[in-house]
Amino acid sequence: MKVFDIFQTGKWSKEIDVRNFIQLNYTPYNGDDSFLMGPTEETKDLWKKVSHLMEEERKNNGTLDVDADTISSIISHKPGYIDKKIEKIYGLQTDAPLKRAVLPYGGIRMVEKSCEAYGFQLNPQISEIFNKYRKTHNDGVFDAYTPEMYAARKAGIITGLPDAYGRGRIIGDYRRVALYGVDHLIEDKRKQLSTLEVDQMVEDIIRLREEIAEQIKALNELKEMALAYGFDISKPAANAFEAIQWLYFAYLAAVKEQNGAAMSIGRISTFLDIYIEKDIAEGKLSEVDAQEMIDHFVMKLRMVRFLRTPDYNELFSGDPTWVTECIGGMGLDGRTLVTKTSFRILNTLYNLGAAPEPNLTVLWSTSLPENFKAFCSKVSIDTSSLQYENDDLMREYWGDDYGIACCVSAMKIGKQMQFFGARCNLAKALLYAINGGKDEQTGIQVGPKFEPIKADVLNYEEVKEKFDTFVNWLAKLYVNTLNVIHYMHDKYAYERIQMALHDRDIVRTMACGIAGLSVCADAFSAIKHAKVKVIRNEAGLAVDYEIEGDFPKYGNNDDVVDRIAEELVEDFMTAIKKNKTYRDSIPTQSVLTITSNVVYGKKTGSTPDGRKAGEPFAPGANPMHGRDEKGALASLASVAKLPYQHALDGISYTFSIIPKALGKTMENRVQVLSSLLDGYFGQGGHHININVFEKETLIDAMEHPEKYPQLTVRVSGYAVNFIKLTKEQQIDVINRTFHGEV
Amino acid sequence: MSIKGMIHSVETFGTVDGPGIRYIVFFQGCPLRCQYCHNRDTWNLKDGKEVTVDELINDIKKYIPFMKSSNGGVTISGGEPTLQLEFLTALLKELKNLGIHTCLDTSGFVHLDGVKGLLEYVDLVLLDIKHIDSEKHLMLTGVENKKTLEFAKYLAEINKDMWIRHVVVPTITDSPEDVKELAAFINTLKSVKKVELLPYHSMGKIKWKKLHQLYPLEDIKDATDQDLLRVAKLMDQKGVKVIGSVVA
Repeated sequence: MKVFDIFQTGKWSKEIDVRNFIQLNYTPYNGDDSFLMGPTEETKDLWKKVSHLMEEERKNNGTLDVDADTISSIISHKPGYIDKKIEKIYGLQTDAPLKRAVLPYGGIRMVEKSCEAYGFQLNPQISEIFNKYRKTHNDGVFDAYTPEMYAARKAGIITGLPDAYGRGRIIGDYRRVALYGVDHLIEDKRKQLSTLEVDQMVEDIIRLREEIAEQIKALNELKEMALAYGFDISKPAANAFEAIQWLYFAYLAAVKEQNGAAMSIGRISTFLDIYIEKDIAEGKLSEVDAQEMIDHFVMKLRMVRFLRTPDYNELFSGDPTWVTECIGGMGLDGRTLVTKTSFRILNTLYNLGAAPEPNLTVLWSTSLPENFKAFCSKVSIDTSSLQYENDDLMREYWGDDYGIACCVSAMKIGKQMQFFGARCNLAKALLYAINGGKDEQTGIQVGPKFEPIKADVLNYEEVKEKFDTFVNWLAKLYVNTLNVIHYMHDKYAYERIQMALHDRDIVRTMACGIAGLSVCADAFSAIKHAKVKVIRNEAGLAVDYEIEGDFPKYGNNDDVVDRIAEELVEDFMTAIKKNKTYRDSIPTQSVLTITSNVVYGKKTGSTPDGRKAGEPFAPGANPMHGRDEKGALASLASVAKLPYQHALDGISYTFSIIPKALGKTMENRVQVLSSLLDGYFGQGGHHININVFEKETLIDAMEHPEKYPQLTVRVSGYAVNFIKLTKEQQIDVINRTFHGEV
Repeated sequence: MSIKGMIHSVETFGTVDGPGIRYIVFFQGCPLRCQYCHNRDTWNLKDGKEVTVDELINDIKKYIPFMKSSNGGVTISGGEPTLQLEFLTALLKELKNLGIHTCLDTSGFVHLDGVKGLLEYVDLVLLDIKHIDSEKHLMLTGVENKKTLEFAKYLAEINKDMWIRHVVVPTITDSPEDVKELAAFINTLKSVKKVELLPYHSMGKIKWKKLHQLYPLEDIKDATDQDLLRVAKLMDQKGVKVIGSVVA
């Protein structure tokens, strides 16, 4: 193919292998940020227009507009523009900016409720189609759920399940469209189909044939969509503009087709850098032009919107889309994968101001170029918009071309996907163990009936034994529930375009998760090292606890209790692994709550660690608020001990600090933050969100949101506009430990 | 037998008391009675938590990578650390054995002959000169400043690195005459590497209330950036370069 010859050819030019293309063609960058350019007048102008629309959106209850008359698909809408004359990268989900589309395949009720909540009326024909003629994923799931599954879901011991909305957490290799052009990809998929003309047509083969056929249709639609914008993307991109535009079209097709909980974009900056540096070297592009394209592209990523219900917002607060982009990291050959475009994409946070999306994720390695480390630290201090994940840890498992789906879930791009499983409430599981399977708030028998604990003072061995038994039951129910969900999602809401940008044979993981880890660890520590008295109601249900004496608390780098936390993670993983998973997916788990730590807390009674009924859990793997008494490093060290090998779907930690506590000058602060990250990741920590701001700023933003349109905070695994959080979430963020406070 | 001492608490991520990332040990007990004390709960020795040098060292060791990568170390603060001389010396000695950079954060209210021996294990002294005027020092802290100034001179004499710190308390420590006199004194000390101005803040008040104590500086306002800049400028005129908590 002719276009291939402009690059160093290799294995990638014969078969689909984006990583090989990157390795043969990219230029590592060890320099500093001095080459970066500010925004052009057109960028400023365009961003002003977008900002204005976003303000209107906020004023309109969080949703600017909905096209309630069209079922969204890759080709459902006419081209949309912000300002056709000045925008450099084209494409919107619908025919107008921030207008949300209707995607009913995940569940029609969710769409109906969303429209209603924001004052729109879903076209009755769409309701009719999906209520009468076309089954949805949600319908399928509820047909197959057992009564036990319903009960567990209702009680909130397993929640956030993707049974009524798109599961997301799949990353299409959108780079393939730029590198190969759509025609080549279709040809490749046809070849894959021909390899499936086998002797025995068994269920697996039939399903895969149908899926690949769907993928080919989606690829054709992708071409058609791009043509409507005036671009023929059947052939490979020949320059930087085309590379960005082709790639974006591929991503756009995905977000037009799937309302997935998290729609990561993958690991694109270093890939795009190859095209940009080539154009710059040939004098076709200036640094100003390059930055302008990246700025406009990122603006588009900031504008991705999905129609969602208000109660969805309770779990995933602030309207997140998780357009996660991974930046940096090291190659297997020891060269850094940092390029100038790694800097350029971070620079958008200055050119356009701070923002939660795209979810910029730095893959940190202690071997990263020092200049890049310093720049990332500076960006964090200035914008609180970055998260960091341990590349040295993940590279061992996933190589050097993985991306992060959602917050912390690593996967090889184009070669792996996950079945998103939300999480179960480990703290509630502990209370069920104490109450013989009864819910502590309702008294309903949710779990299997067994002898509740009758003693007035909790005995560690007794509680542990019951907890272990109960967890095994829970893990079984959990995996079975997920099996139902993903079977139905594949059947009724298959991700055609995203899977078209994957290999034929992929690795699938069943991504389970736990919430309330620090509550449980401290509870067991209290039971073991202090005296925990049970307070029961008239019905004999344990509803509260009184603790006498002190006990070691998770978050102080104290092995006595940290070991309990480690064991909880490992034991739950072991319990999960005992179960048969759908499509033979590999079971994994995360320690991640997203923002559901608040709603989980609300649904959970008092716990033996001293937490009162209704109070929030700590987010992710964080220690409970205010219990980490030895400062930040002790807290980080406790988290870093959690075993990644038993939580391969990620371990999330959110860190907040006031600027002064990082040092007295900007230079000091940058150095201290880089050292902190080196040290934390060197100890084996997996993920960290970095927030650097004063608590007072947040309090002021709560009272005067109009003053802080772009104030961004990192929560568990993603970032949000602080002013878009619910009041409860805002208070939770403010109440968390801020390191460096007097 | 590991020597025991009384500490108030530790902070694993100190970044403002000495260079780099620092593990800070707050010793319990203080002979001063500073009116603005923001660690009021460190005064009485008996209120502390008993630990051995070994216990502390074992905990500190966990954070060596952070210290190394940031050119940080351990800072002994308080309270007044020199009040527990034997414990302090043993701890510092162990730290130096481990090659860790050490800072001693002190008011300088020390028995000079008593502390001379331990200075060989101290890389940097953070010396807090609370007031240059001895009478006002007495009013503010309950003791005169003679010992502090003598200690400073001794440190200069043996060429021990020090940072001078001075808390700017509006209307109490910031009169032009006093500031100029302080600057003149600092100018005589050859081993001063840095001069830091710390803004007085009333956030420590809550600790006094918890102990049912009246807060003596109830009517004094927190120092502002302007206050610090004013003092810094006066010092600058005297040839003393200040880096301070002036940055926002």
